[in-house]
Amino acid sequence: MSANSGKNGQRVIVIGAGHNGLACAFDLARAGRQVTVLEAAHEIGGAAVTSEFASGHRVSACAHLLRSFPADLAKAMRLDSHGLAWAGTGLSTWALSAGAAPLDVGRAINGTDFMRRMRRHAEVLTTLMHTTPPRLDLDNWPDRIAVAKLGWQIRRMGREPMRELLRIAGMNVYDLLQDNLESTTLKGALGFDAVLGAEYGPRSPGTVLTWLQSLAGQSLAGSKGLAQPVGGIGALTRAMGQAVAAAGVTVRTGARVAHMAVTNDRVSGVVLDSGERLDADVVVSNADPRTTFLKLLGPEHLDTGFVRKIVHHRASGKVAKLHLALDSLPAFTGLDAQALGHRLVVSPSLDELERSFNPSKYGEIPERPSLEITVPTVRDASLAPAGKHVVSVIAQFVPFDVGTDRRAARARLLRNVLAVLEQHAPGIGQRVRSSEVLLPVDIEQRFGMTGGHWHHGALAFDQFFVNRPVHGASRYRAPIDGLYLCGAGSHPGGGLMGIAGRNAARTVLAND
Amino acid sequence: MEKRYDAIVVGAGHNGLVCAAFMARAGMKVLVLERNDYIGGAAVSLKLHQDFTYSNCSYVCSLLRPEIIRALELPRHGLQVIPYEGGCTMARDGRHLATYANHDAQRREFARHSKRDAEAYDRYSRDVMRQCDFIKPLLMRTPPDPTSFKRRDIMELLYLGQRFHGLGDARMHDTIRFWTMSAADFLDEYFEGDLIKATMAGSSIIGTALGPRSPGTAYVLLHHYMGDLDDAVGAWGFARGGMGAVTAAMASSLRESGGEIRIESGVEQILVRDGRVSGVALKSGAEIAAPIVVSNMDVKRTFLDTMSERDLPADFLQLVRQFKIRGSSGKLNIALDGLPTFPSIPKGSPAIRGDMHITETMDELERGYDDWKEGRWSAKPYVDMLLPSLIDPTMAPDGKHYMSVFVQWAPYRLADGEWDGPARQAFGQTVIDAIAEHSPDFKSLILHAEIRTPWDIENEVGLTEGNIFQGELTMDQLLFNRPIPGYAQYRSPVKGLYMCGSSTHPGGGVMGAPGANAARTLLGDIGRRTTA
Repeated sequence: MSANSGKNGQRVIVIGAGHNGLACAFDLARAGRQVTVLEAAHEIGGAAVTSEFASGHRVSACAHLLRSFPADLAKAMRLDSHGLAWAGTGLSTWALSAGAAPLDVGRAINGTDFMRRMRRHAEVLTTLMHTTPPRLDLDNWPDRIAVAKLGWQIRRMGREPMRELLRIAGMNVYDLLQDNLESTTLKGALGFDAVLGAEYGPRSPGTVLTWLQSLAGQSLAGSKGLAQPVGGIGALTRAMGQAVAAAGVTVRTGARVAHMAVTNDRVSGVVLDSGERLDADVVVSNADPRTTFLKLLGPEHLDTGFVRKIVHHRASGKVAKLHLALDSLPAFTGLDAQALGHRLVVSPSLDELERSFNPSKYGEIPERPSLEITVPTVRDASLAPAGKHVVSVIAQFVPFDVGTDRRAARARLLRNVLAVLEQHAPGIGQRVRSSEVLLPVDIEQRFGMTGGHWHHGALAFDQFFVNRPVHGASRYRAPIDGLYLCGAGSHPGGGLMGIAGRNAARTVLAND
Repeated sequence: MEKRYDAIVVGAGHNGLVCAAFMARAGMKVLVLERNDYIGGAAVSLKLHQDFTYSNCSYVCSLLRPEIIRALELPRHGLQVIPYEGGCTMARDGRHLATYANHDAQRREFARHSKRDAEAYDRYSRDVMRQCDFIKPLLMRTPPDPTSFKRRDIMELLYLGQRFHGLGDARMHDTIRFWTMSAADFLDEYFEGDLIKATMAGSSIIGTALGPRSPGTAYVLLHHYMGDLDDAVGAWGFARGGMGAVTAAMASSLRESGGEIRIESGVEQILVRDGRVSGVALKSGAEIAAPIVVSNMDVKRTFLDTMSERDLPADFLQLVRQFKIRGSSGKLNIALDGLPTFPSIPKGSPAIRGDMHITETMDELERGYDDWKEGRWSAKPYVDMLLPSLIDPTMAPDGKHYMSVFVQWAPYRLADGEWDGPARQAFGQTVIDAIAEHSPDFKSLILHAEIRTPWDIENEVGLTEGNIFQGELTMDQLLFNRPIPGYAQYRSPVKGLYMCGSSTHPGGGVMGAPGANAARTLLGDIGRRTTA
């Protein structure tokens, strides 16, 4: 950092106090930058917040478990001492299937040769996650070295593993699992992991990549594994907020950026909704690419080819979130009360999973959505009044465009989800006192993420690494001086990892 | 044992014949064995009803590499390809979109539907042509093994890297996207018109067990642009006398160089002795010895059905079993009593003389694929039909016509029941009804219809699951992964045994490139010079 010591005091504005914005701000502040984080909402956290959806019932509004928050980031930010506590770590995943006993996925799969091979392939992606995507023309030595290192890592795996990786990387997860595993339930549950948050069903090529990416994320989390913070996901960003404050960052909530200020072809600050203007040497956007470039910066500052790419950037979320307030603890067939404190998955087979995907291609709500369910109140009583419970459900695949009657779409989705739940937890419907449904379009409105997409843009081969979010902005730098990207729209994408934020900070420090 | 040959080729498909012809030209004594009583594999002309000639499998000649046409002197051996003047797509509401090989004509036609799309078409063609130019030279090269430290592999990797690098920063990114995205997403970036997009998307799913919204289908759009006929880029054409004329010319070229072909000589087993190939045993029981055997069959047929398990490494066999060869297309060959009318095609339009498509929207295509996933044929199938007898009168008696109808999607295994009589008839009826929606007199003109399901194609032609490309053209089965990682250079684990079918790089579509590439590899191995 000595080379940058002369930049101490340089003013940086981070737009958006999501986890990536906070991680970025933290690294920049520690390197001596004078950082201000501007958050439009009245609390920090972006989509990683805990909110009340029914009287006295609180729930993690989007993601409800941490699976890939890097252990090293938690340590660097000393989140434990900033109030982050765990309601549960090392949680298991139970795959539910009507007519069969629930299956502990980890127990079924860990230690098998197949899983060992897959985790080994995922290591390559772990390295990739921390790498700033190179310029493909390799016109500079750092990029040449990065690519050579990556190539060497793949070569070093040995001939057979390398061949397998190069073969399966572009494959669909459906075929991969069919080729290697027997149990229908197990394949269904693993397939679900591969397409969680994705825009594709398990038969779509490229879903092995998203699965490996998810495995790579898991390895970052270290010994914590799948974890539930006390107070929900909002507790994580609250702790991050305290950590950045301790590092000297100013965080302003209720400060919505209207647009960026551009002086002499350089982003020179931002103008808030209130009309207040804030100058900065560098602006870093945690907003999604479309919002950043088309709303906050404005296409007039970009060339047409680039604008076209942003317009065609695919960010159409297919994940809906349902929150149920229950008057008592539900009973799931075959699971004891203790098991309810873990992650439950309803994706009984790869074919069922694909069937829950098909309707979303035509703007329809699936009859039998695939679900990830948690009952966070089993481990954390603070989320509901005494004796009451919260059920948090991720439902796939729900199209972004559900037509004009959103109310009907919500009702339909709720009905379909409850019907699936009823199969596994008979009588659960009668315990529901109140509910909330967030369609992708609701998520867009509430959190300002284009398309309501958890990854700020489809995580697929054509929007991956050197093409994430689009060529011309894939190295955390916008095609205009003074502007950087640090959100999930950038490599390596979302999933509550904070890596995009940290990679962006590294780029800012190296360049400006 | 019979007299000795330098090499035996199993299967007289176009790739087997091309491979054999190159070997014969290099002075080898070559024998081609064919199990059917006719040669050609899936590139055949058959008389199944009176004097009608059916191109009863493949039906279009556009991808056949010009290098091969020249080297084997196919025109002198009787090959004559007549380019289509155009084609069209018909919608149920009476709209039609004509298609032309000529860019400007196409652009004008697009403008009739959408001014914006006409402008986008310039950009689209330029971008797709760029990808074409990038990929074309790779078709006739052997893919490198990225895990190998051999000089040849490293040099070839460097060559590929250099070519890729030569595209420049922006185009390298475009290329990665193009090769990994879905046809639907790719087309959405250019066009707005439903009929325009559905027409273009059609060529991305022919023969493929994927829908237009599946990632990895965009590059298949190249097939529409990769043909060169008489230097008319992107032109599709029809072989005079049917597709059998293509393989007949190849056979003639082979025979002229001293090669021998035997029909009705199905191979029971490829023989291996002391770890290397020693010849073949025929179904008749006879054995023919040769130090080199080249299989034109797909990899599953070759290694699972025609060899003994103990002659092959277990992990190799495992990968062969996992190789994806999926039946997804069917074919109807119809003899017509006269020329059917298509009211949506204007009188005098050349559209009727080219390939006519039935498809309306990308969603309809995608739903057709959803049906396939559930083990049903598409309720609204994608149909690519043409009337070869309009171009080549020898295909049908005077005043009558032959119609070739390609259908996507039909599964190899039905969820309910077998592909026996009733199911096959019902499938055929679905297709005939679909065509009749666009042609009121079509049904009344039908004299004979041959209905071929994937199951029939497997049984008659010998292609596993009836897959026309001998293996899915997905990323995990392309280049150095095709057919099996480590065996993508036409050699097999058994010394002296080679592969030359479409299961190998660069895949199917009457291209001939796998056959030529296999011959080059093999001739290099035995120290002979190739003329390819």
